[in-house]
Amino acid sequence: MNKERQTVIKTEELSIGYSLKGGRQKVIHKGLNLSLYAGEVTCLLGLNGAGKSTLLRTLCGFQKSLSGAVFLQGKPLKEFSQSDFALAVGVVLTEKTNAGGITAYELVSLGRHPYTGFFGKLKEEDHRVIKESLEAVGVAHKAHQRIAELSDGEKQKVMIAKTLAQQCPIILLDEPTAFLDVTSRIETMVLLRKLAVEQNKAILLSTHDMDMAIQMGDCFWLLDKNRPIACGIPEDLILEGTFGSFFEKEGILFDVTTGKLNTEIPQKQIGVEGDFTTSYWVGNALVRNGFRPSEVSPEHINVICHSPTELSIQHPNGNKQLVNCVFEVIRNIKTKMKNE
Amino acid sequence: MMLSPKSKRHIFISLSALLIVLFVISLVYGSVRIPIKAIWEILTGAETEKIAWQHILLQSRLPQSCTAILAGASLAVSGLLLQTLFKNPLAGPSILGITDGANLGVAAVMLYFGASLNQMTGLTTNAYLTVVLAAFVGASIVLAIIIYFSTKVKSNVILLIIGIMVGYLVSSVISILNYYASADKVHAFVMWGLGNFSGVSREQLPYFASFTLSGLVLALLLIKPLNALLLGEMYAANLGVKIKQTRFLILFCTGLLAASVTAFCGPISFIGLAVPNIARLMLGSSNHKSLLPVTLITGSCVALLCTILMVVPGSNTILPLNAVTPLLGAPVIIYVLLNRKSIQYFN
Repeated sequence: MNKERQTVIKTEELSIGYSLKGGRQKVIHKGLNLSLYAGEVTCLLGLNGAGKSTLLRTLCGFQKSLSGAVFLQGKPLKEFSQSDFALAVGVVLTEKTNAGGITAYELVSLGRHPYTGFFGKLKEEDHRVIKESLEAVGVAHKAHQRIAELSDGEKQKVMIAKTLAQQCPIILLDEPTAFLDVTSRIETMVLLRKLAVEQNKAILLSTHDMDMAIQMGDCFWLLDKNRPIACGIPEDLILEGTFGSFFEKEGILFDVTTGKLNTEIPQKQIGVEGDFTTSYWVGNALVRNGFRPSEVSPEHINVICHSPTELSIQHPNGNKQLVNCVFEVIRNIKTKMKNE
Repeated sequence: MMLSPKSKRHIFISLSALLIVLFVISLVYGSVRIPIKAIWEILTGAETEKIAWQHILLQSRLPQSCTAILAGASLAVSGLLLQTLFKNPLAGPSILGITDGANLGVAAVMLYFGASLNQMTGLTTNAYLTVVLAAFVGASIVLAIIIYFSTKVKSNVILLIIGIMVGYLVSSVISILNYYASADKVHAFVMWGLGNFSGVSREQLPYFASFTLSGLVLALLLIKPLNALLLGEMYAANLGVKIKQTRFLILFCTGLLAASVTAFCGPISFIGLAVPNIARLMLGSSNHKSLLPVTLITGSCVALLCTILMVVPGSNTILPLNAVTPLLGAPVIIYVLLNRKSIQYFN
């Protein structure tokens, strides 16, 4: 099981940014030494203006790097011809397409563009790959509907299927879950995870959806203006405090116990233990109401969760109350606090 | 729902049949009626009773119908190329000022240098080449300006408006040329500006055909990158399309088609704008593999229909071409605009 991580994109002392008039450069990030691994979903997180798009565009080859080098599967990006690059990296962008009038099947078939001849005639092999790609993303049943007739989530899946039809080891996605409703977001992320694991794709996506990223991302690249990029698995970055430092601003704090951003971190502790699911949601309700769920201790109020309908509140003075829903728990604690 | 490949083929076959029918009607019907039997005799080289009919058919109607077929196809295809390139189904050679550019080139030659197309009949190759070249240069200059702005401006609507503005500027230069030109030259230029498929004589037809056919063949060779461009330039680049080269080829092709038609037939409105939309509505698809051939043949049909409608029934009057094209084109565009929410290719 202990497999070596296989690097597919590697950057060495990469500087990204824009060339301005008169040979001056606007450097957004410099000295980037990044590695993107096969079989993992890597999430690029950062506030607006942190350079997410610039980095993605540089890795996509749409924008020239200012200095340093990018290696795709060990080969320098500069040595890639446009058609070779099409075989290595597939992209899903936020760019508006004009493809409403072609079918999902036809759109995915565009992914075969680098493989087909001058007239773009599809061979048997191409049709097989297109069908497999549509099946892999779960829109095979809509193959012959036009793009304009699909939902946003389905459109995004078709775009992902297009990159699969490209049969490239690397997929780069620019905010693939923006504009999607919550279920489509989950479906898209689950799909990307599945592709990483089952097809050993290296997937890099930029996103603002922190919860989803923490839930689904194998690796994070955290970007911010004027500081080096931070890489690692989400949990390590959160536990060592790096993650929070990237998003905390004046008045915005990262709560390491919940993994959420908040305007203030509640300090008043309430002990919670018992049934895992119930405790989780009791904790959620406590945070919303300005309390901090923590370990059970005789010094503060504790909530013992036996089941969703059996919760007991233990006060430091030894009093016990049995209630049958989370609403009652919160109401009791609030009343108690008010009286103090 | 979408059309199966079979019904797409049906559309293509029906259109081809329609083209033949319209072609025959355009030969028979006119200010002078010639019976089909006589047409058959003349075309097969048999003896005919009336020499006048032979003259009308061979020197006037046949070249006119062939010109209409080529010009209609060329304008429609150039419109489609621009619509795909600018990701806007309302782009067209006349909207983006490209026709105006060709117009200016012709105006410069006709008004300033005094060459009139009518004077050129039976003249040297150089004379046609001069006018076509002037039209092409004019169209290319406007295209270059549009390309320049297309790199600066992201919004295609803004770009269209810039195209319209450039068209106005070019028209103002033409007005100045008109102002200083002599009355007979101005008259010739105004007549040319009304649009006419009969301006191409039998001797000129091979030149016209070689320009337009080479443009049409080039367009057919661009089907694969055109489809990739439906996704936008960045996606197309990621699929291995060489964007700069493709953009140049598409614009060159558009310029060649629009300029040669404008040089020979005058500035013809609406065909380039409306026909690709008619084709997309019929096919229900913007896949260029079927859309481009269908646009081409629909363009020919529409142009032939216009030449037929130009003849006012029961009289010897022939309306100017540009009085007829908007009658067919404008309602299509209004329909498309009103229904843009439900028309797939708009979304």
